[in-house]
Amino acid sequence: MDAAAETGGAVARWDSDPVLTVEHLTMRFGGLTAVGDLSFNVGRGDITALIGPNGAGKTTVFNCVTGFYKPTEGRIAMRHGPGRQQAALDALTNSGARWRRSAEGAVFLLERMPDHEIAHRAKVARTFQNIRLFGGMTVLENLLIAQHNPLMVASGFTVGGIIGLPSYRKAEAEAIDRAAYWLEQVRLTERADDPAADLPYGAQRRLEIARAMCTGPRLLCLDEPAAGLNPRESAELNALLKYIRDEHDTSVLLIEHDMGVVMEISDHVVVLDYGVKISDGDAAFVRSDPRVIAAYLGVEDEEEIDVAEIKQDVDQVARRTPRSDAAGDGR
Amino acid sequence: MEYFVQQLINGLTLGSIYGLIAIGYTMVYGIIGMINFAHGDIFMISAFIALAVFLILTSVLGFAFLPVVLLIVLIVAMLFTSAWGWTVERLAYRPLRGSFRLAPLITAIGMSIVLQNFVQITQGARVKPLPPQIQGGVTLLEGMTENGPIAVQLSYMQMIIIVTTLVLMASFTLLISRTALGRAQRACEQDRKMAALLGINVDRTISLTFVMGAALAAVAGLMFLLLYGVIDFYIGFLAGIKAFTAAVLGGIGSLPGAMLGGLLIGLIEVFWSGYFTVEYKDVAAFSILAIVLIFLPSGLLGKPEVEKV
Amino acid sequence: MAGETTPVPAADNRPAGAQAKAESRRAAPHTVPARDPHSLAESVRDAALAALLAGVLGFFFIGLRTDIAPGGLTITTRWTALVVAILVVFAGRLALNLFVFRTRRPVTGRLAAGAAAGAPQLATAAKWLMRGLFVFALVLPFFFITFVPGRDRQFIDLAILIMTYIMLGWGLNIVVGLAGLLDLGYVAFYAVGAYSFALLAQHFDLGFWMALPLAGVLAAMWGLILGFPVLRLRGDYLAIVTLAFGEIIRIVLLNWYQFTNGPDGISGIPKPTLFGLELKRGEGGFADVFGLAYDPIHRFIFLYYIIFVLALITNLVTIRLRKLPVGRAWEALREDEIACRSLGINTRNTKLTAFAIGAMFGGFAGSFFATRQGFISPESFTFLESAIILAIVVLGGLGSQIGVVIASVVMIGGIEMLRNIGFLSQVFGDGFDPVQYRMLIFGLAMVLIMVWRPRGLIATREPSVALKEKKKIGADLVAQGEGH
Repeated sequence: MDAAAETGGAVARWDSDPVLTVEHLTMRFGGLTAVGDLSFNVGRGDITALIGPNGAGKTTVFNCVTGFYKPTEGRIAMRHGPGRQQAALDALTNSGARWRRSAEGAVFLLERMPDHEIAHRAKVARTFQNIRLFGGMTVLENLLIAQHNPLMVASGFTVGGIIGLPSYRKAEAEAIDRAAYWLEQVRLTERADDPAADLPYGAQRRLEIARAMCTGPRLLCLDEPAAGLNPRESAELNALLKYIRDEHDTSVLLIEHDMGVVMEISDHVVVLDYGVKISDGDAAFVRSDPRVIAAYLGVEDEEEIDVAEIKQDVDQVARRTPRSDAAGDGR
Repeated sequence: MEYFVQQLINGLTLGSIYGLIAIGYTMVYGIIGMINFAHGDIFMISAFIALAVFLILTSVLGFAFLPVVLLIVLIVAMLFTSAWGWTVERLAYRPLRGSFRLAPLITAIGMSIVLQNFVQITQGARVKPLPPQIQGGVTLLEGMTENGPIAVQLSYMQMIIIVTTLVLMASFTLLISRTALGRAQRACEQDRKMAALLGINVDRTISLTFVMGAALAAVAGLMFLLLYGVIDFYIGFLAGIKAFTAAVLGGIGSLPGAMLGGLLIGLIEVFWSGYFTVEYKDVAAFSILAIVLIFLPSGLLGKPEVEKV
Repeated sequence: MAGETTPVPAADNRPAGAQAKAESRRAAPHTVPARDPHSLAESVRDAALAALLAGVLGFFFIGLRTDIAPGGLTITTRWTALVVAILVVFAGRLALNLFVFRTRRPVTGRLAAGAAAGAPQLATAAKWLMRGLFVFALVLPFFFITFVPGRDRQFIDLAILIMTYIMLGWGLNIVVGLAGLLDLGYVAFYAVGAYSFALLAQHFDLGFWMALPLAGVLAAMWGLILGFPVLRLRGDYLAIVTLAFGEIIRIVLLNWYQFTNGPDGISGIPKPTLFGLELKRGEGGFADVFGLAYDPIHRFIFLYYIIFVLALITNLVTIRLRKLPVGRAWEALREDEIACRSLGINTRNTKLTAFAIGAMFGGFAGSFFATRQGFISPESFTFLESAIILAIVVLGGLGSQIGVVIASVVMIGGIEMLRNIGFLSQVFGDGFDPVQYRMLIFGLAMVLIMVWRPRGLIATREPSVALKEKKKIGADLVAQGEGH
């Protein structure tokens, strides 16, 4: 089924140069299989969308990738540096180690790493579906905490910081500069000294992305970044994500329900239903895949539906979405 | 063998008392998610009330028929201790409902200090001995050891304690699972706001939880008084911590768990004293608490907690 | 959907049986007239209920008293005391009802409004208060010597006690206030510090200054040992396990005769020296070398400055740490542990550092306690001590350094002042000893302050860094480390 869903012919970009490969990922909770034998790639420099109906297992995949859950089975490999680095990856898999650096770059086996190491070493950052900011701390503090690990080193693991080494002061100033840069990108400079919990919802979403970017990630995982945003904010988010992809050498993996966002910015879309991949390809391919349509419309038996007609409807909806955005009514 | 059986009986008796106190902890923790630190002292209060009532009945009013006396003592102690439980909740916890987590914990510790010192000031710091009232028992086993003959005794007192605990346990389980109050309680445990929206008087339900916990502690208080015959203002602290340990061991929020935990803590303590050292029996109980929490945080019968990301 | 259901005749669509009864009960007009909760009658009724409750609660405790007498227990009655207690509760509740609870314009409301109006001035006032307090603390011994020469030793001793609690409060504040880890067994580290010094002095003849850092290191090590297994527990569970560890350490100290001398404790702990000089009478003592007349007050002044400097170091280090990545990570941990992990923070190590550093300061304070007393026993390290330290931190306001100072002065100083109230025994008769009410009042104060200000006395958080200007953060936004 997987093979059939691929865009046939030439090997896709995300298969030849993936930053992240998920292979045969299975996650069971007791008797429930939330994700079953899932394999997909996230291309380097792509925005990859993971979509699917509610309860399809998208967030579970995210939690496995970022180390919050330990997958029951499967391999999740993260790569720094170009190409598949298959030899290094296989050697690493057999060695039992968690990661390996080489001349080509580095490979990481995320299923073996604890969550904080995934963020710290493998450079995978994430946001949360229900925003998790440090509400009682200021916006700026939130962004400095994201730079904890380099600052820890600069402060000589606190010892140097206590005696007030000048090198730490310099490092902190740089960290503040980096925070200020991201504040500007998400238009929150004015609110830098306000507590994060005081920000409006949309600003909190942006701050969470800025915070994740302050860790200097190679892969940014966003869990429903457009949820609860109004159309104008949604459009801004699209621009921000494209900017992150194009200017910061960061690949993006996102879960999203807003098809307007998905179709507009995604280079690659993976569709899940009941924990199983049902489609995988670029936006145009997925949009016209009858299995996707069936999953979204909840039809039991694929044969019964008139694919052409539904495709037309979906196209219409997809085309209409940006237009209603322009009307600019709130959430 | 005989020694073992005797320790088993002693452990079950002590465990029953811990279990009765533990129910108060577990119900309160289940419904408002706080450690009611003053609960051990409510138990201590009840023992003092029971002692006073007992003395009034026997030495002032001259009643002699022990079963009736004990029944009256039990009822009066339960009523008055319930009033204490209700008042503590009303004064120290209700004003902080929905407040920050640490605030009720601090008022609970404060209340515990208040109750201890109140009793110390009004009743004096010296221990109050009460001569054993229920004597005798049945001999279950007889045997020989190298130190001489040994007999396994099940005293009437121990029988009363174990039977009373079983009866109370059964009736409380029925109360929680069958009555409207029990339903209200379980609803408040799940979601207090939603329960209030559905017309449950949350404040009253919580108050009643405290009252029930205090009433059970009163039973435990009377049993403790009769079994050990010595009480002072400080008995609540250790008994309280061990009962809380029992509640956690059994799985906090679970009534059968509290009882099971109580029995286990009682057994551990008695066996440790019997076979190892008396001095370190509390260390054994506390170590069990730490080990259980570290390796089995949801306790023996509790629901496992799933980390939500 | 509607088309599929069979239409029901309107006549049949009526409730029946129990449901009908419930419906009619609901439909019945509520004839109970609404009472005006603000009326005088209501206030009196409520106060009478409170008085009745006081009577019920006090009956067996104030009204009766059991005592040991020859031939068993006797019971004595004290009805006057019970009546007085009931009247006091009635009058107190009535006054509260009339002026606070059941009036449309409560006194407290007006006070709060007044305080809110003066908030900006209050902030600057607080800053000046802090500086004032610091200067006062700096000259405190000389202040007392000059102004209350007769009782200076007593006051300086009280200041030493308060300063010890301030230091312990600051140490615990790192664990509870910053990292949000509820520690009910902090006294364990205090005990480790005290016993480390006492035993090092006994067996290796180490002086205070040599033993102090070692005691801190040992306490920090115990912090790591105890912290390692328990730090993945959350909230109340962590609290109860730390309490258990505190008790375990106390019981071990109590029963390990060969090592700790059990309940008899360790005596003869050496006094601290000033650059090798002992503060003693006669040849080679401090007074002798400097050509001063020997006065035992010198030793009190010296002890005061030791604890003052130790506390000051605790405070300065904490303030520094808050601005370092590790301190920010502690606070972030308190706010949201999962988010911390997603940002690459090793939460276990971060918690352990908080635990170890807090324990270290507890160990320092413990060493000081040992050298000040000259004698230690497990008696001094009960759970009550942990509870008092935690109460100081929470009552002062979690994470607030000045809050700890205020709470220590109020709770420790205020309670100790009871010893000095002579006039009360004139009111209540000679048998009245205010000291025995100390802990009762302490507990009541804990409850009242928490009910009045659940967030503590100083409830704002100062950001550790600012882009333009620092704005205080209201307590309602700051988390207390509730787990998730």
